[in-house]
Order: sequence, then C-alpha cells, then structure tokens
Amino acid sequence: MKRPQVTIDGNEAAAYVAHRLSEVIAIYPITPSSAMGEWSDQWSAAGQANVWGSVPTVVEMQSEGGAAGTVHGALQGGSLTTTFTSSQGLLLMIPNMYKIAGELTPVVFHVAARALAAQGLSIFGDHQDVMAVRQTGFAMLSSHSVQSVMDMALIAHAATLESRLPFVHFFDGFRTSHEVAKVEQLSNEDLRAMISDDLVRAHRARSLNPDRPVLRGTAQNPDVYFQARETVNPFYDACPETVQRVMDRFAALTGRHYRLFDYFGAPDAERVVVLMGSGVLAAEECAEALMARGEKVGVVNVHLFRPFSAAAFVDVLPKTVRAIAVLDRTKEPGSPGEPLYQDVVVALQEAGNFAAPPRVVGGRYGLASKEFTPAMAQSVFAELAAVAPRNHFMVGINDDVSHRSLAYDPAFSTEDPDTVRAVFYGLGADGTVGANKNSIKIIGEDTDNYAQGYFVYDSKKSGAMTISHLRFGRNPIRASYLIERASFVACHQFSFLERIDVLKVAEPGATFLLNSPFNAVEVWDHLPRSAQQQILEKRLRVFVIDAYRVAKENGMGGRINTVMQTCFFALSGALPREDAIAAIKHAIAKTYGKRGEAVVQKNYAAVDNALAHMELVQIPKEANSSFDRQASVSDRAPEFVQRVLGTIMAGDGDQLPVSAMPVDGTYPTGTAKWEKRNLAQEIPVWEEEICIQCGKCVMVCPHAVIRAKVCEPAAFRDAPVGFKTAIARWKERANMRYVLQVAPEDCTGCGLCIEVCPAKSKSEAKKKAINMAPQAPIREQERRNWDFFLSLPQTDRATVAMHTVKDVQLLEPLFEFPGACSGCGETPYIKMLTQLFGDRAVIANATGCSSIYGGNLPTTPYTVNAAGRGPAWSNSLFEDNAEFGLGIRVSLDKQAGYAGELLRRFAPRIGEALTGEILAADQLTEAGIQEQRRRVAELDQRLTDLNDPEMRDLAAITGALVRKSVWLVGGDGWAYDIGYGGLDHVFASGRNVKILVLDTEVYSNTGGQMSKSTPRAAVAKFAAGGKPGAKKDLGMMAMTYGTVYVAHVAFGANDTQTVKAFLEAEAYDGPALIIAYSHCIAHGYDLVHGLDQQKAAVQSAYWPLFRYNPALAAGGKNPFQLDSRPPALPLEKYIYNEGRYTMLVHSAPETAAMLLTEAQKDVNLRWKLYEHWASLSYSNGGAQS
Amino acid sequence: MIDLSTGYLGLKLRSPLVASASPICKDLANLQKLEECGAGAVVLHSLFEEQINAEAETLDRFLSAGAESYAESLSYFPDLQNYSMGPKAYLDHIQRAKKALRIPVIGSLNGVSTGGWIRYAREIEDAGADALELNIYFLPTSLEIQGREIEDSYCDLVEAVKAQVHIPVAVKLGPYFTSMANMAYRLDRAGADALVLFNRFYQPDFDIETLEVAPHLTLSTSEDLRLRLHWVALLSRQIRPELAITGGIHTAEDVLKGIMAGAQVVMLTSALLKHGIEYLRDLATNVVEWMDRHEYESIRQMRGSMNAAAVAEPAAFERANYLKVLGSYTSVPTRSRI
Repeated sequence: MKRPQVTIDGNEAAAYVAHRLSEVIAIYPITPSSAMGEWSDQWSAAGQANVWGSVPTVVEMQSEGGAAGTVHGALQGGSLTTTFTSSQGLLLMIPNMYKIAGELTPVVFHVAARALAAQGLSIFGDHQDVMAVRQTGFAMLSSHSVQSVMDMALIAHAATLESRLPFVHFFDGFRTSHEVAKVEQLSNEDLRAMISDDLVRAHRARSLNPDRPVLRGTAQNPDVYFQARETVNPFYDACPETVQRVMDRFAALTGRHYRLFDYFGAPDAERVVVLMGSGVLAAEECAEALMARGEKVGVVNVHLFRPFSAAAFVDVLPKTVRAIAVLDRTKEPGSPGEPLYQDVVVALQEAGNFAAPPRVVGGRYGLASKEFTPAMAQSVFAELAAVAPRNHFMVGINDDVSHRSLAYDPAFSTEDPDTVRAVFYGLGADGTVGANKNSIKIIGEDTDNYAQGYFVYDSKKSGAMTISHLRFGRNPIRASYLIERASFVACHQFSFLERIDVLKVAEPGATFLLNSPFNAVEVWDHLPRSAQQQILEKRLRVFVIDAYRVAKENGMGGRINTVMQTCFFALSGALPREDAIAAIKHAIAKTYGKRGEAVVQKNYAAVDNALAHMELVQIPKEANSSFDRQASVSDRAPEFVQRVLGTIMAGDGDQLPVSAMPVDGTYPTGTAKWEKRNLAQEIPVWEEEICIQCGKCVMVCPHAVIRAKVCEPAAFRDAPVGFKTAIARWKERANMRYVLQVAPEDCTGCGLCIEVCPAKSKSEAKKKAINMAPQAPIREQERRNWDFFLSLPQTDRATVAMHTVKDVQLLEPLFEFPGACSGCGETPYIKMLTQLFGDRAVIANATGCSSIYGGNLPTTPYTVNAAGRGPAWSNSLFEDNAEFGLGIRVSLDKQAGYAGELLRRFAPRIGEALTGEILAADQLTEAGIQEQRRRVAELDQRLTDLNDPEMRDLAAITGALVRKSVWLVGGDGWAYDIGYGGLDHVFASGRNVKILVLDTEVYSNTGGQMSKSTPRAAVAKFAAGGKPGAKKDLGMMAMTYGTVYVAHVAFGANDTQTVKAFLEAEAYDGPALIIAYSHCIAHGYDLVHGLDQQKAAVQSAYWPLFRYNPALAAGGKNPFQLDSRPPALPLEKYIYNEGRYTMLVHSAPETAAMLLTEAQKDVNLRWKLYEHWASLSYSNGGAQS
Repeated sequence: MIDLSTGYLGLKLRSPLVASASPICKDLANLQKLEECGAGAVVLHSLFEEQINAEAETLDRFLSAGAESYAESLSYFPDLQNYSMGPKAYLDHIQRAKKALRIPVIGSLNGVSTGGWIRYAREIEDAGADALELNIYFLPTSLEIQGREIEDSYCDLVEAVKAQVHIPVAVKLGPYFTSMANMAYRLDRAGADALVLFNRFYQPDFDIETLEVAPHLTLSTSEDLRLRLHWVALLSRQIRPELAITGGIHTAEDVLKGIMAGAQVVMLTSALLKHGIEYLRDLATNVVEWMDRHEYESIRQMRGSMNAAAVAEPAAFERANYLKVLGSYTSVPTRSRI
C-alpha cells in the first residue's frame, strides 16, 4: 500500500495515532508535550473522528494529577483513553499510575520526555521524568525519531490492549517532539488492522457498570495485600513477547521491523553502546563511520525498557562483545549507577552466557537537551577500547570538579556531504521559523528528498533570536543533533553579526545569505573583521538582499520570511527555480489562505519581488574592517557576570565547565542590567517643557526603562551636556529639579509610555511629553545620560507619599529590564511591588511567564538598591506556590519570634532600652522600618562588641526583626487551576502573605491554553470553539472567608486604585489577594493598546475595580468598596477589539453571538450583585435597623 | 387609491421609500421590520474594500505575533480550520435577507480601487442580490492627485464592476466634483444604471480638552436635502441613469420634494435612527395624505414635475438664482445699521 509522505513533528505524529485510537483524552498543558493535546483538541473541535467513526472527547483538567485521575476514571468507565504530558506533569500522575497498573488497565500515556526541576527548571529533553515512573508498573516503550514515534504510538496502543499493561510511550522532548521530518503516515486501515476489536470489547466488559456491578479499589490487610500484589507477574512475564508479536505484525503491515532491542553495527562487534531515544541515531552514525574504518563496534537501541527482557537484551548482543557502555539520559544522584546501566548489569548477570563476560560501564549524556553528537559517541567507543574504561563518566560537558567527563574531538563529523545543511539566524518576529517549517514541508512533500528541520529558540520572549537547522537530500537523515558544518548560512538580521559568530558554522565553500541594508558594493565595509576573515578563509559565496525593503514595499512590514525563503530556494537549488516559486506560493496559500486573500496576495508579491533584489557580493582580497564583534558584557560588570553569565549571553554556555556553575542553583540578582539588548528601533524622548511630572509613564513601563528622580540643583553640576531637567512640580520639593530618563539600550520600544502620557504641546497637539525617536542617533548621548542619572541620589523613601502615582515614580524599582514580551501587562505590577516593598520582600513565584522573565538564565530583572537590599526570589514549582510561600512566611515569623525570645533573654546584657525599642517597634511606615533597621544595626554592633558565645544564634538572625513582606506571585493557571487547592488553604490560614495573581486569562507561558479564568466567548487553546462557561470569580471565592483582603485592579484603568490596593494589602495583617488585569500577547491585539483595553474592560464592567478590606468590617463599615462605575460600554465594544474574541466571530458566528449574549448577562448580573453588596450596611453587626 | 409604486434599477418597488445602506440593515430582524413598515426596497450595509483587507491583515498579524519565538509558546492561538474571512458573512447575510424578504434587496460595495476585490461584486450577485449599489467614497487629500485622475478612476471602477455583473449597478457618490454634471454624464457613459446623490462625508471634530480629533457623525437634517434637490432637478431627464436621493429625507415634504425633483426613490437612514423603523409607516401615510389632499394619483405622475426642464424658471437652478438669493439677503434691514 502506498502511504502518504508527510512532514510533521514528533508531537503531531504521536497525537495523530493517539487521537484516532481514543475515545476520551484528558489533557493539561506542559512543555514540550502541549502540542499533542492542542492537536487533539483542534481535531475534535473540527469534528475529526477516531477509527471507529466517533469524535474523541477532549477534556482539559486543572493539573496533570487531575488529568491522570480523569484518565483512570474514563478507563473504569470503559472508554479507550489517552493523555499526554512531560516532566513535572508526569510526576503528578504517579499515584494514579500505580492504580492504573495495579488494576491491569490498558492505556497509553504519550510523553515528550523532559528534564525535572532540581537546582533549576528546564523545559528541555532528557529521561529524568520517565525514569521517575519506571517503578509504577507501566510498560515503557521508547521512540528515537519522528517516524518511530508514529510507529511506536500504534504499537503501544495495540500492545496495551493485548498485554493489559498500561504503557508510557516516550520520545525526547524537543529533539524528537519538535523535530520536523518527512515520515510515512499510517492510514486508518493500518490502525484498524493493528487493534483488535475483541480486546476493545474486553476492555469495556471490565468497566464499572451497575448492570453487572463489581468492586475495585479495596483496602487490603497484611494477610493478603502481598499475595494480591504478586498476581500480576504472569502479565509482566508475557508482555515482552506480546510487544514483539505486535511489532512483528506491524512489520508485516508496513515493512518497518522493530525489535524490543534493535542492534545496529558489526556482527562481530567488540564494543557496544546501549542507549535509548534520539541519541541512538548519533551513536549509529558514529558506529557506521567507525566500522568503515574497520572498527568492531555496535549500538543497541532499547525500545521496550519496561518490562525489561534480560533474555531479549542478551540475545541481540554479538557474542564477541567485550565492553559495553550504557548511556543514560538521566541522573540519579547517590545511586550506584543510572537505571539503564543497572538493568544491563543485572541482565548480563542473570541471563548472560558469555564465556568472558563483557565489562560494563555507565555514563550520562544529554541532560536537558545537551547536544549528543557522533563525536561524543566516538569518545565513548574510544573509552571502551581502553584497558580499564572509566565507569560513571559523563560525555558532552567539561567536568572539572569531579573529573568524570570524557573528552571528545569536535572535529569528528559524520555529516553526509550529499545532504544540504542549512542554518538560519532569524528574529522571532520576522517569521523565519515559520517559513523554514514550510520549506521543509515543501522539500519533503514536493520532492523525493528526505528532509529534517529543527529549531532552537531564545530564553527571552521579546526580541528573541531563533536558529533554524534544515537538512535535506537524497539519503535518509539520521542526524539527531544540530548542524555543526553548514553548507548554507543565512543571517536574517544584520545586527546579529555584531553580537554573535554566525559564520562559525559555515563549512568551506558554503553559501552565505545576508539580509543587509547595504548593497553588494557597500556591504563589505560594514562587516565585522572576523566575519570578513572567515569569508576569505572559507571562500564563502556571499549574497545580500535588503529584505526589509522588499517586505515593506510589498505590505509585509517586518516579516521578511517569504523574501528570505525565496532566496534560499534560489540559492540551494532544492528545486528548479520555477517549481520552487510555485511550491512556495502553494505553501503560502495553504498556510495563510484561510486568513484572507489580502494576506496571500502580499506574500505572493514578496516572493515575486525577492530575487530581483538579491545580489552576489564580489569579495575583496583582504579584510579591512577596523571593528569587530562587541563583547557581550561590559568590563564593569562583576566577575561572575563577566565570566559565567556573559559567556551564556554570548551563546557559549555549552563551553562552561562544571566548576563555573553554583553548586546549589543560587545566583546573584541585579544582572539584567548587564545585558544590553538594544532591541528598540525607536525609544521615548522626554520633552521637559511639556511634561507635567505625573509619573504615569514610569508606572506603566513594563521594562522599568523610564525612571524619574527629584534632586537638589547641585546634584546636576556634573551632568553631561544635553542632560535635561525641569523645575520639580512638588510643593514640598520646591527649588528642586525633576528628571525623567530613559535607559536607551534596555527599552523594547513598546510605546505604552507614549500612549499613557496625558500632556500635550500647546502649539502642536501630536507632540506629547514623551515621543518616540530613532534610537541609533541618540544611543551614545542617552547612554551617558542614563549612567549619570543612575549616579543621582534616590529620594528618601520616608518622604514619599506612597499612595500617589506621582510619588511612586520616585521609588527605585528593584525589578528592571525583564525579557518579557514587549509591552507585557504583568511586569508593571511586579515592578510596582518592588518599588513599594522590594527592599524587604521575599517572593515565591509560581512557574509561568513571571518565573521565566523573572528567573530564566542568564540574567534576572530582580535587583538591589544602593544598600544591597532587594527582593529575594525563588521558584519552587507550578502547583505548590501558595504552600511554598506560606512556608516562607511561617519560617520568617518563626525566626522573628525566636529572635524576640533571645532578645528578651539577653536584654539585661544587651541593654533594656534598645531591646525594648526593637520589640515594641512600629514598622507600619517607611520611617518606622528605617528606624528599626537602624536599631538592628546597633544591636548587631553591640553583639559584635559583646562577643558572647551564647548570643551567636541571636547574631545570626537579627535581620528577622525587621518586618518582611512575603509575596506569592503567579498567573491564573496557577491561582485558578493547578494551585487553587493550596491557595484556598492559604486564604483560610489567616497568615500574613500577599498574593499577586497576574491574570492574563490563559496559560500564557505555554502558549495560551484555557484556564478557569478564561472568559466566556474567548477562543483559547483547548477552547478552540470558544469557552462556553463563565470566568471563575476568584475574588468572590476569597471574599467569602471574610478574613482575606481582596482587590481587583487594572492599572491602565485606575493606577491610583492599584497603588492603594497594594498598600492596603501589604498593611493588612492577614492573607491578601490582588487580582491584576494583565493584558497579554495571547489576547490578540497590538499591546500598545493594552491600557485602552484595560479602560474598556473596566468601563464595560467586565473587570469591575473593587477592594475588600476585612479591617473595615471590624470598624462596622462595609468592607466591600466598588471603585469603578456601572457599565457604560456594551461588552462587545470591549471584547471585539481583541483577536481572541473576533476569531470566534469569524469561525463560528452563531456561537459567537450566543456567547456574547451570555457574557453580557454575566457582566450585568455580576455588577448588580457587587453593587448590592457595596450598598449593604455593616453597622450594628449587619442587623436590620 | 393612491399609487406609491415606482421603478428603480429595473425593479418594481411598491414605494419610493428605501432604506439606505447603514448598520440598521446588518440585522435581519430590522430588515423584516423595514419590509413590514412599507419600505420599497432595502440597500444592505456596505461591504468595505478596506474592511475585507484589514480583517485579513489583523487576523494574520495577531496569529503571527509572538509566534515561533519562544520554545514554550510557539503559538498563542489554536489553528482553527476555517475562518469566515472576506465577504462570506456578508454574502450569507444577503442570502438570508433574500429568503426572509419579498421586497428587493440591494447589495452595497464600498471601495475606491479597481483591485481584485471587485470580484465581490459578482459574489454579491451570486448570493442573490437584486441589484448592486457601488459606493465610491474617496476623499482625495494628496497634493499630487489631479481632478481628472479622480474622475477617471471613478469611471474605471464603474466599468470594471459593470463587467463583473449582470444585475443593475447604482453608483453612490459625493458632490465634490468640479463639474458635477459632466461627472454624472461620464458615469452614464461608464454604464451606471442609477446615481445615488449624495454621500455625506464624515467631518472630523475637535475635542479641545484632550486635544484629539474626534470622528464625529451627525445625523442629517432636512437642510441637507437642498443640495440633493438641486442636482437631481438639474440632472433629471438629462442623463440615462435613474436618480436616487440619499441624505436629508426626514419628512413627507422631503419625500415629495425629492420625487418632484425627479428621483425614482428616496433613501433614509438618519430619520430611522432618530425615530425608529416604524417612522417609515408614518412617513408613507403622510405622503399619501398630502397627495390625496392635493389630488395626486401616483408617484409617477409627480416625478420630475419640478425638475429643471419642468419648472417655469429653469434659471432658478442656475447662477441667476444665486444672485437673487444674495440680493434677498442684503435687502434684509438690520437694526444695527440704522
């Protein structure tokens, strides 16, 4: 049978099979597996049926724990069920996995295997998660390539029914889940042929049914539990054979023959490497190259990891083998060896029948998607040739601490010279990755070539660099690693040349395509010297095109993707030029057609006009540039920043040795300021004459790049020429000067400040107090101004009226330059938090956007003031943040209490006056806190002077005597869904913790999946047909306790109310919840209008502003205060400015109309309820008067 | 029995009162009510050239924004299978309107360029519209564009649209032409089946508190009628295309004046927005009463009875009248001068 060749990624391959073979799919988003759930949801929403003709039901749960419970229940209900997950998600499923396995229930969990959060979180691929479930009783099947993902997915679904054991089918996160490759697609007939309907019916027959009731889930006692646990042994014993039988049947059907353990290599191999997952392919490429040199080597690819068949394993080993290296993509600290290694040792011990038992060593590789290349595999083979090969080694890093790493030769390469290897450096916003995905599809599906695409992304969300790795050619592609020798290099951003070595990857004679504002004649003089040298040394062919101009002229704005794609096809010769253009246009129509004709036409125009603008550069004889790439970090930065973080910034983090890394995941704050990213084409410029000094721009800036100070005139004596100031418009700061300064190299150019500025020129209305101007011409001047600004004294916090926006601008932000999306709606709240309380704040941050822009290496935006104080920050997990933060609070209170106890105990010796003052201190004001700090400093001095051994404990914890502010920060995914149980408990605890919910109404960080905060009528992932239910009223739920301070804020609508809410929340001696409207890129509009949308949300009463302060009730006042006005705008005037809502109007107009009506009702009724509450009398205990 | 029926664009209308293109006509229930209240026909709200393109570009922009940049969020929206982009919703509306109404349904297309979008004219025809109103709403602001170029582009557009469809095409335009009469004649030659006089251009207002230009839409008044009366009276029976009046029809008198000037139909939006759709019924009643009182038998009888060819003093429509009006102004005694 001829099957279609499709070019898809591993996630789609797994979801393709799983969706067709399931009836119920329970999901929860987690990188890198989210796409499997998203595909399933989309397919079901579009009415795509499974192989039995029925559309699978997809349910999104509140956590992976919830998804696993739902899976368990759905199985008990008799449905064929599946789920998808990764990493921590899989860990949350463990309790149910024991249950499902213990009950011998057929199911497949498809896992994009990923690292676990330990010393730090990583979204990237390794086997730590799957290794943490190997004891649950699930069978475990491993795939190593996109094709094998599709194949093994089917084998798993068939084998689970036949064996009755549940299966984890896993493949490497990102490397396989996100690799785009050409594969043969299995047909519905293939799927039907592999699945026995009798077994499906047998599964149903075991379900819970009151017509034939059974009892499952008993409590068992010491007399029988043991025996009952051992009943399953025959099923485990039989499973490997069952799986092999299924694999054989699959082979008969498709011609692709898998075995439990696949052996590749010399039949008489002496050295064998055992591993699983995508690394197998690099090892095989290496083995092939070594065999060509006559070396006797081989590779064992482990497919069925559990149940581990020792017999089958020993069976595939050549009898000649003398040394085996087992490579684990995981780490188990303290174990005698990693799991696969241990299995191999045991298997050989128990089933080995070698005359001379081979020596076995184990090693680790590839944690968190660390590259594993043929060169690294070669070093392992080489080690096995040693008389006494090292055991418990690692490969791929330089371990200069415990000296266990193998060195490898980076020059060893097995790249196929007949395969085109192309590397593209793009900007996230320019569409490079999307175009390259299309290119790979074109090559894969329109030619006989094999094709592969893999994409490397940035750690930042704004101004992100992407690197695309494309391979294609006549020979099958196994390379499961990044391209190290490119025959084609494209640089889609000229400025990258200044920052990174884009030509390092180019092989001699390669083609280099550069998007350049300079033409073929001019460009040479604008290249950094090292780039010129490489072009000369490697004899590169260089082409330039001003893609931005072509794109702009054809209505494409900054999206240069189709222009560059057309040039790539013309230069690479993948297809004849005319065919390539036709294929690109076909792909454009397919990708963009449904978005509308205008979009297709402008893309066509860009294609048609591209090649005429591409020019070949005549290369001069020698390099003549006097400049070179810039250092990634200033030489004024601290040593650690320069040596370690700077290396990561430069893209060379792989080169850092183990010794460079902190042992316990602890990093300094105050580092984002060293990463000058120069993202903005235009930045705000201050007009001091027009400015009214209101501070709104300072408040809304998501990146803390606009700052204000008020200083004595003398402070400006040494100001650089051109440094602007104005007379301060504060009564109490008469005769002082005001300055508003922009950090030119940190601004992202989002424009929110300009939008919010209320001051306009009296003679030219368009001119505001700040206006955008091109950055390049003013960069130097403004850099000097910024440095001088930083040197100016900060206003004494004790003199600042904190409840006014005008004064808040004078407080130093201790959160600056986050790598969040340009114009982010979350970061202004965090910045304000740090302005108000940052110097005494501890922040527990739930995993999500805020933990990523808050703590993704290399740098963090959290910083310190001149006294070295600033927020202490930690991210534990996603699900536990409320409990984690509570623990911090309890602990700080304990420390403060203990310090108090000691203080009382030693008061006679320390001095009654001082200790009494410390213990009785009023720390509710800034002045009070400053005074307490002064007393504690005095205490420290006395303790030093006394030098009493008994007081050492006290000396260690005196800091606890100064009031601390504990903040629990996270998004709606955390607060409304996965962390809600814990959050609710924290509400009830009465403890003094502050909770900031940055409500974007979706799981923003994982790409916009629905949460319980998602509003009715909005489209989100997992709600492709529009969310049918209303948003959960978290504030109302918290208010029912009566003891939780609750505020609903939107800084774009009422900044003063926001500031008040933060101050009241912090002052309240108990739990306080602030739900903060956060506009987000996942709302589908240009974020420059974020503040307008906040206003509209409040005007429509979709987002009423209120504060609930239990302290008022104590005084007989109504604690509930409405801070916004009744609905003055129909809901549609607010929501239909946003793509998340209009998408539904375009895709399902009737549903959209119905949901709009319902959503408007939600708003009306909620407002009535709130209004009524706000009017209640609380005097006299609420009794009727 | 007084006969209100009239003809327009080859269609037989029971009344000369027609709902002009406006958001009122977006709603099917409103269309049904218009029919119930005696409308002779409805012109649906306009399908805008810019709107079709802008919707597509907006959707594309937000689906692309932030995508393929960061490993955890390679997109922010589900990739839906179908969007009803471009004219689909509009065409569905025509179909529904045709099914629900017995009176003629006139589609409306609004644009200025002769680009690919004009194929929507045919799609409007295919969707079942009885006729098409081509609304050319172009405010030339460039210092470079000459009058002739603009006139040519109007004619080119009309020709292009006519080439697309078999149903009659009315052209709705504004009054700002150096030679309105010649322009009308050229549109006649270009194939227009009717001229709808005149578009009202939105005139921006200032908000002096926020120093912003505020787009401002005021409803028309009967005052606006006179410009229309003037040109309809002048053009009536001089050119082949039929004439329709839009803008300034608020009272029965306004309707009667329009017909007497030579209009086949008069179109209303502001009056309906002001008084509700039911007002249409009152208007018709008042027209009938007036005609009855003055012993008119039919609309046909009075149509054009006061156009330039039919009045005793054709000069009243020309320059002489201007002088007369000015004269009457200066002759008004003002107290301050005494």
